[in-house]
Amino acid sequence: MDNVLIVAGKEVRDDLRSRWTVGLSVVFIALALSIIYFGGAAAGQAGFTSFGAILASLTTLAAFVIPLMGLLIAYDTVVGEREAGTLLLLLSYPLAPSELLSGKLLGHSVTLAVAIVAGFGLACGISQIFTPTARSIAVWVDLGGFMLSAALLGASFAGIGCLISVLTREKARAAGLALVAWFLLVILFDLVLLFILVASGGDAIERAVFPYLLLLNPVDVFRLVNLVGLKGAGNTFFLSMTAGQAYPRLVLWAAAAGWVLLPFSLALVAFRKQEI
Amino acid sequence: MDSAIEVTGLGKRYNDMQVLDDISVSIPTGQIVGMLGHNGAGKTTFLKLALGLVRPTAGEMRVLGVPVRADTQREIHRRVGYLPESVAFYGNLTARETITYIAKFKQRPATEGVMLLRDVGLADAVDRRVHTFSKGMRQRLGLAQALLGSPDLLLFDEPTGGLDPVAILQFLHTVHKLRDQGKTIVISSHLLADLEPHLDRAVVLSHGRIVAQGALADMRNAVDLPVIVRAWVTGEYQATLSELPFVARVTSQDGVKGAEIELEAPRSRKLELIRRLVELPSLVDITVKEPSLPEIYARISSDPRPAAGE
Repeated sequence: MDNVLIVAGKEVRDDLRSRWTVGLSVVFIALALSIIYFGGAAAGQAGFTSFGAILASLTTLAAFVIPLMGLLIAYDTVVGEREAGTLLLLLSYPLAPSELLSGKLLGHSVTLAVAIVAGFGLACGISQIFTPTARSIAVWVDLGGFMLSAALLGASFAGIGCLISVLTREKARAAGLALVAWFLLVILFDLVLLFILVASGGDAIERAVFPYLLLLNPVDVFRLVNLVGLKGAGNTFFLSMTAGQAYPRLVLWAAAAGWVLLPFSLALVAFRKQEI
Repeated sequence: MDSAIEVTGLGKRYNDMQVLDDISVSIPTGQIVGMLGHNGAGKTTFLKLALGLVRPTAGEMRVLGVPVRADTQREIHRRVGYLPESVAFYGNLTARETITYIAKFKQRPATEGVMLLRDVGLADAVDRRVHTFSKGMRQRLGLAQALLGSPDLLLFDEPTGGLDPVAILQFLHTVHKLRDQGKTIVISSHLLADLEPHLDRAVVLSHGRIVAQGALADMRNAVDLPVIVRAWVTGEYQATLSELPFVARVTSQDGVKGAEIELEAPRSRKLELIRRLVELPSLVDITVKEPSLPEIYARISSDPRPAAGE
């Protein structure tokens, strides 16, 4: 465990030095403030509206941005070290491959979590300063849940990035695959499900199966965690696929955590089998 | 004598390429051992196998008495220092940060690392970022990290690459000091001339197989290359030489005060030749040049028969 923390500590410091943490926080805060303030502009109302609407908008935004950030921060985790020649030296120390990979994922996940909490937390804090009516513990509890699920989403895509990084031998190829993974999971997966749903005319069997298919995508699990409880305030396209399905909260959180463990476990197995 | 590395029937195959084949060798503790061979002979793979970084496809290997396996890797890594060829570090870290980071894995105090940086000649660059280092400086940093934790066995892969002549001498001085402390040092290199005077033993690899191993003196005897005798004479010498038909080659160069003659003779006749030259009244000086390590290596590599020195 010591070695994991040593590696994680270095990754966090590197992310800080390379401005990843600050950059991500600024991106999150800017996007979050824009959504909070201008989210209702289309309806002719600027400024803080309802917290449910804000959370729905933030969820939609985070579902696009956080996976990309997770992949970008982690795609070169192993392949970058391998290309630079530092991997050989690192693994000649009393440091197991599993410790190296765990430390790196932990470090990247902490960076993402810090940026998420700093970015979204600060943005929501600012919005509450200007809208005293929205101040309540319940809002902050929901917001805490949102940030935790966002951190898990970031960690799961950092895990996918690690997996790509382990399986590729060139950094450029890893970067390309990371973008393909983002496109498949963030854009294409839901589109395909929606297309099938529409084409089948909402067949009863498919309507029974689709809610479970959503659990096969960490982005959808994140959306489910945050949108299902909002009762219509969220993404209507997305919610149409979940109609009639009551997801126990615990199952959704377990799925979110599972999506952190699954790609990381696969990366670990693949990395252990590799020779340096 | 204990073995630092004990290998039996070791083989390594990558797809259809046999990199090492049926390697059996015992490297004794407390010696400087050269792992010699052409590029691609399998030297680096041998060192990686010793560290468990690649897995053998045949045979067994013990390092410091410990069988090399996934579950023993940590124990081996604690006791072995490794300097890879083309050593690379994180360019954004300073030398101090680099050695401190590595010291944590080896559970050593950072101060030990900083002292080693000074020992290898990086005292003025301790707080410089590694990306500003020359190749020679990176190599020194590589040496420092390998020495961290005072390992019993040191594996150096082409350690003199990128070092200037003074740095090479310093490196070899360090190697001797380590040997004097009872450490075992395995140096993989194809720069044979640099290493020759410093090796206790050598293992010569060619195309993945050991073609010779043992003490250099034994190897010299085994390959039976001719010796070169140089003599400086101030007068007549041709009559004596005409009585020595085994002298294969004679070259001479006249100088102001006499001539320098170079004679090539079989090793087995070396003493006879020297004795006859010493009898020359005109002889001023004499030197004997034994076959060099590159010459021995060239002979061994071109001869498919194993020329083991023992």
